[in-house]
Amino acid sequence: MLIDTILFYVFAVLVLAGGILTITRRSAVHSAISLIVSLLGVAGLYLLQKAEFLFAVQIVLYIGGIMVLFLFVIMLVNLDQAAKERQFNKQWLVGLAAAGLVGLQIGWFVIKGKAAFAIATPSMPGASAGEGNTEQIAQVLFSEYLLPFEIASILLLVAVVGSVIMAKKRI
Amino acid sequence: MHPVTTVHYLALSAALLLIGTVGVLTRRNIVIILMSIELILNAVNINLIAFSHALQNINGQVFAIFVITDAVAEAAVGLGILIALFRNKETVLADQVDILKW
Repeated sequence: MLIDTILFYVFAVLVLAGGILTITRRSAVHSAISLIVSLLGVAGLYLLQKAEFLFAVQIVLYIGGIMVLFLFVIMLVNLDQAAKERQFNKQWLVGLAAAGLVGLQIGWFVIKGKAAFAIATPSMPGASAGEGNTEQIAQVLFSEYLLPFEIASILLLVAVVGSVIMAKKRI
Repeated sequence: MHPVTTVHYLALSAALLLIGTVGVLTRRNIVIILMSIELILNAVNINLIAFSHALQNINGQVFAIFVITDAVAEAAVGLGILIALFRNKETVLADQVDILKW
């Protein structure tokens, strides 16, 4: 139990430090590397909560797929000029308002005390023992969520065609 | 030391969502705005997984898979738009793309 707590705080620090570095670095490559650190922390949190399949998906898809795509585009687009300019626009008031709103929410729940943190307990006993996480997800994904699954495949097809058309010089 | 509860995960998720929101609102570089959107979607996923674990319900993890699918589609299309934009206007700063403003 203690090791879980320690690991949670380690991963939480990774996630938050990576996120803050992502939005403050001048160089886009440094931002991308920080984002990879943050995503690795999120993957660790998945593992702590017994979501092993999503842990693998996070590593393979996010870090192996999306971040490589980001790095490719950073290399493809010339960012030297942009790195020399001002990095933040004049919207810091709006950002401060968003931060204040979240702070207010957290403060409100802390003031309300323990009752606000009472989260519903599981209504049914946990999933059948002996079945792995991946099997459970597959069972639900291919029966209850079959239609959303197929729609997601159409979404990906549209995204593939759309990004090719966007990036092509002449259609 | 307190044991880690669902509330800890929710607080972490709120903090990450806040970081992403501030990034989207205040950065000028479009590449970093897209990265901040990824941070926001990851905060959502942490939330879904936390409740999935607390309620012992697998549906939250399936939803997280759909969120990841959306993130992939969004990143691909967004970066395609960015390449087209850079080819036409030679800039990646969001506030210099103001043709529709008057």
